[in-house]
Amino acid sequence: MSQLLQHLINGLAAGTIYALVALGYTMVYGVLKLINFAHGDVMMVGVYFGYSTAFMLGRAARQSLWGVALVFLAAMVGCALLGFLIERFAYRPLREKPRLTALITAIGISFTLSYGFQLDLGPLPGASPRAFPQIIKPNEWFIIGDRDVVIWNWQVLSLAIAVGLMLLLQFLVFRTRFGRAMRAVSFDHRTAALMGIPTDRIIALTFMLSSALAAGAGLLYAIKDTSVSPLMGLYVGLKAFVAAVIGGIGNVPGAVVGALLLGLVEEFVVGYAASTWRDAVAFGFLILVLLVKPGGLFGRVAAEKV
Amino acid sequence: MDDGSRIPASLRGLFPFLIALPVLALLEWLSGDAPFATYLFSIVGVNVILAVSLNIVNGMTGQFSIGHAGFMAVGAYVAGVTSLALKEQALSFLPVAASDQVFFVVALLVGGIAAALCGFLVGLPSLRLRGDYLAIVTLGFGEIIRVIVQNTEAFGRALGLSGIPQSSSVFMVGFWVFLVVLVARRIAGSSHGRSLWAIREDEVAAEAMGVNTTAYKVRAFVISSFFAGVAGGLFAHFVPIINPGSFTFVKSMEIVVMIVAGGLGSTTGAIVAAVFLTLLPEALRSGFTMMGAEGSLAQKVDQIRMPIYGLLLVVLMLVRPQGLFGTREIWDVLPRWLPRRRGAKGVPQ
Repeated sequence: MSQLLQHLINGLAAGTIYALVALGYTMVYGVLKLINFAHGDVMMVGVYFGYSTAFMLGRAARQSLWGVALVFLAAMVGCALLGFLIERFAYRPLREKPRLTALITAIGISFTLSYGFQLDLGPLPGASPRAFPQIIKPNEWFIIGDRDVVIWNWQVLSLAIAVGLMLLLQFLVFRTRFGRAMRAVSFDHRTAALMGIPTDRIIALTFMLSSALAAGAGLLYAIKDTSVSPLMGLYVGLKAFVAAVIGGIGNVPGAVVGALLLGLVEEFVVGYAASTWRDAVAFGFLILVLLVKPGGLFGRVAAEKV
Repeated sequence: MDDGSRIPASLRGLFPFLIALPVLALLEWLSGDAPFATYLFSIVGVNVILAVSLNIVNGMTGQFSIGHAGFMAVGAYVAGVTSLALKEQALSFLPVAASDQVFFVVALLVGGIAAALCGFLVGLPSLRLRGDYLAIVTLGFGEIIRVIVQNTEAFGRALGLSGIPQSSSVFMVGFWVFLVVLVARRIAGSSHGRSLWAIREDEVAAEAMGVNTTAYKVRAFVISSFFAGVAGGLFAHFVPIINPGSFTFVKSMEIVVMIVAGGLGSTTGAIVAAVFLTLLPEALRSGFTMMGAEGSLAQKVDQIRMPIYGLLLVVLMLVRPQGLFGTREIWDVLPRWLPRRRGAKGVPQ
């Protein structure tokens, strides 16, 4: 029983991180109908931003609240800029082209970032994983019985940050002018432009927002994993994307539910079967969901016009 | 159909074989005692088979599949295991070398058929899924295959499969390259091909015009994965060891880069891009080695290759989204006297 509870907690903690990355996928897909394959790699770059900030700040900043906030802020701002550049120079010129071209471009950017960061040239970090500095000291917070169920402080922190960011996002999308413009662009971007909405700016802002979210999620992941490597984005990004599709891509609560489900499924596979099967089960779960509901759990399948 | 050539209709089907087989035999004879040339030819050939076969699904049918390495893995492992099982056997009425080749062909076919079955399984979801969703399902399928292989005792787990007889030859690789190109060309020119093109251009409209889209899509997947499986089988028979690391998402992407660079839908483009992108790193590596920069730059070639592939995709999409050849083929501009089908194309760019 306590083992089950422990797995539930771990699964939820993993799920919240997936959820933050998945939200970025879902937002960009909602607005542009583009699977932003490079999202996971933007996350990876964000982790490196945080990594170098933590190093520049040195010992003084570690384990103090301001230091942690600064690391997060630097990573999120850096990633927002990166997201803006990618959107401006890679995706915007292709906006009126078939969707496949944008998908291929996204795959190209993903490869450039993840393998570019593996190069051993000057400022680039090289292929081997690095230890991520302990900006938050790991600490057991909550223990039931004799260490039967353990909650780590970073699990609570990541849950808090993730839930906070999700609520903020929900507020942003449904309660602000920017959110209304975003939903309008998502519904029909030409009409939205005719109605006086600056679509280019809205799309760019959406990209920056999703990239910043990715950076935050990436830092939480790096704190949990205590390491950072150029290829971390490929798989975390892929899993988060799977989560977004399971929930119904383009649907904000769907992404969160899908991510939590995926986190739980993976944790149970690791806990009760074998960890080597984790990836296969995640993708198998995706295929199963898509076969039953082709639009994802919360998604709708749009009727097609001839 | 009749293009005024004087070759009797009954011989026309054999004609490509009559040209190709002696050429291949000559190649085999020329590369007989040059192991590096044999290796290069084999690796180029395998990549050409992969690219041309993926092009049948991605280019002709427009179903964006990004898990091709999974089919290759199925073919490689099944063919490898078959060969290992048949290793000690020999057909008594044939000389040993010939008997080995017979078993090699059997192993390749078994691998190809196993991959084709998987292709059928992957093709089925395409009844309900399209576009991005199908892409992610094929990707997931490729990853599932890799994990299964990694966890199966019979496939050597993460260590891989070694000791597969090195029975691959220039002739055999070349023959399958020839076969896949022939099949791709015949499909493109046939009524099947026209249905595939129609699905690519507009699936809903094709359905409305009476094309059984699901059947054609599944068939395209089956044919494509059969050849990917054969390519995997060939690969397994000239590398010393196959392991799950050779068949990752990255390998799938390499093949996607090839067909996108060549032009989605152009068999010629797939061939040219596959040859070029396979030979370029090798050429750079030996170039750097000759310049005396071995160790540093020569080793970096493999590192630099993947980011360059990524940039290549981005730049291509921005500058020339239709790829090198678009949907055109080299045989559309061949001299008149060569036997060819007229009007086999006619698909708008």
